[in-house]
Amino acid sequence: MKGRLRVYLGYAAGVGKTYQMLVDAHHMQQEARDVVIGYFEPHGRVDTIAQTAGLETVPCRVIEYRGTTFEEMDTDAILRRAPQVCVVDEFAHTNVPGSAREKRWQDVMVLIDSGIDVLTTLNIQHLESLNDHVFQFTGVHVRETIPDWVVKQASEVVMVDLTPGALMNRLRRGVVYAPEKAQRALQSFFREPALAALREMALRQTAHQLDIPEPLAGPEAAGHAGPRNDSGGSRHERLLLHITADPATAALIRRGRRVADYLQADCIAVAIERSENLAAEEASRLKQHLEFARNLHIETRLLEGEDAADALVNFATANKVTQIFVARPARTPWTAAFGRSLVQRVVRGARTMRVTIVADRKKRVDG
Amino acid sequence: MPGRDGRPDPELLLRRCEAEEKHARRGRLKVFLGYASGVGKSFTMFDEGRRRRQRGQDVVVGALQNGKTQESDSLTAALEVIPMQVRNGKSCVDVDAILRRCPASCMIDGLASDNPEGCHNRYRWQDVEVLLDAGISVIGTINLQYIAEYREQVREITGKQWSETVPLFFIQSADEIEIVDAPADEALRHAGEAQIRREHQLKALRELALLAAADVVDRQLESYLECAGIPFQWGTQERILVCITPRSDASEMIASGERNARRFHAELFVVYVKQPGLVPEDQARLERNLDIARDAGAQVANLPAGDPVDAILLFAEQHGITQVFIGHTQRTGWWNELRGSPVDRLIRRAESFDVQVFPH
Repeated sequence: MKGRLRVYLGYAAGVGKTYQMLVDAHHMQQEARDVVIGYFEPHGRVDTIAQTAGLETVPCRVIEYRGTTFEEMDTDAILRRAPQVCVVDEFAHTNVPGSAREKRWQDVMVLIDSGIDVLTTLNIQHLESLNDHVFQFTGVHVRETIPDWVVKQASEVVMVDLTPGALMNRLRRGVVYAPEKAQRALQSFFREPALAALREMALRQTAHQLDIPEPLAGPEAAGHAGPRNDSGGSRHERLLLHITADPATAALIRRGRRVADYLQADCIAVAIERSENLAAEEASRLKQHLEFARNLHIETRLLEGEDAADALVNFATANKVTQIFVARPARTPWTAAFGRSLVQRVVRGARTMRVTIVADRKKRVDG
Repeated sequence: MPGRDGRPDPELLLRRCEAEEKHARRGRLKVFLGYASGVGKSFTMFDEGRRRRQRGQDVVVGALQNGKTQESDSLTAALEVIPMQVRNGKSCVDVDAILRRCPASCMIDGLASDNPEGCHNRYRWQDVEVLLDAGISVIGTINLQYIAEYREQVREITGKQWSETVPLFFIQSADEIEIVDAPADEALRHAGEAQIRREHQLKALRELALLAAADVVDRQLESYLECAGIPFQWGTQERILVCITPRSDASEMIASGERNARRFHAELFVVYVKQPGLVPEDQARLERNLDIARDAGAQVANLPAGDPVDAILLFAEQHGITQVFIGHTQRTGWWNELRGSPVDRLIRRAESFDVQVFPH
């Protein structure tokens, strides 16, 4: 049987995720469960370090990379030790090159698959689908992200909350970081509007995780379906994302994935290849975008066609798509209104489908 | 709300200054919000009290609940407790004793309680207001089901209704609100057998409490941005705007908007642009659609006559809209060919929200 995954979700460093996780680990040990620490990041926080006392720690693996030694979780050693519960700090961590797996979450999946329950910690800004939102409020493009579907595997997500005011006090008192780093943090990431926005995202994400799925073909569906559709599936959405080499595509993929998750919809992504070859740089960007979509568990297809709008609409019709997602066209000169843009042609071609034009969300909130 | 030129309204600034002055004298209110008994609100609060005391703050306990866990008992043992009064067999906060003692902060475990006859105030939350006005900060705990405005939703989930409540505005007036979250099995572990409810009920309550806290945080975020004169857009709360016209069959768009609003826990707005000289048939259809929208829980508004694209963009900016739903007609006249149809123009100018185009 698979182990259970519990994620302690916070909105910033220092809210107390690791502390809460260790408190719960002690409770589990008191209930006679076999608990070990698989990875713990001390960050020099005295109260948190004190909580590790009385819990067995499986030593880390030491890996040498470019002359420096790094410590990574020793997944094989944990598997040999075979505890019932394993504590793994920092779910979104990227392992140093030379590790068996690229990401810590992949190590966690190995533990879960072998029947070990895992407790882990995560900050909301590492969630892939929120990447653009996080940038807007913090000005930081978080690189270390974790796909939403991984977090969806959790049987429990627990929100570890603290008010921004209390968090900033902790920072000033030097509980979270060393004084110099704390000063820098207070001037950049740890500003009240940014913290409030991140906190709201974390609260909504935790609530979303608890959302009880709606039955797909409920009584409403039967009522609305009418003679046109008696399969009962009229409310089931299928989203089609249009992938191009345009850099705005990354935001489109994240947004499409998020909407699909909330609507419990299927999601497919297609790129349309013309016979004339793309410039090498564009071709590699297109490839990256397709891979990015696959990493988020979106099925991808490569279509051939001279006319992107026609190919998109035809594919959508043949595959019973309900919504086509396209990027907002870059600003075009006034005369471009005479020659129709791809968006205009898709909108006019999609006679039974909805077309969603995704904003690029590049603007920043400077608060 | 900043004016159209982006500068804050001076009247508003004055009022804000006055409010801030009053605020400076008043004690601060902090609320720990939970979704069920046993999630650890009291423990979290008293633990914070202990830490504040260690840092030299003058903290007292003004209200305790019966039947707490041993963990809480050992925490309160180390704290100064101002005994509660008992009248007609019911305990109430001894407001006068706390005012005489005049601590920096006072902890109230359980904010929702009706006072027995003979007290100054009818409700305990009014006692808290007295303490705050006297400059004493208050830290309190409450469960979602005791907030009046959530009582109906909680009854739908649990079939039970609680009579002792606190109004939502009191919770929203808190300077800080913190959610005490725990998986449903933790809550079951601590609760007595008689209180054990089905897991999905607890899940639903938990979701509701998280969303309630998110709404409070959203209001705080809105006021931060407003103070800084930043348009309130691309927040984390989804806000859906459905634009209808008298001549279109809008019921599908409204139904779709309602469904998205439910799934995203979003706010829903339905607007139409005023048009002169509507024929009675169109007027009737518009009224029908607006009724459907109101039934769907939408806020309905009419936009001023003029260019519909300008009106929609302004409304979207003022309300922090994240998704606009609009119908597209296949008819195209020469004017549309030349200038682009309103839908085309909206798409071109929609920088901060998604546009979903419905075929007609």
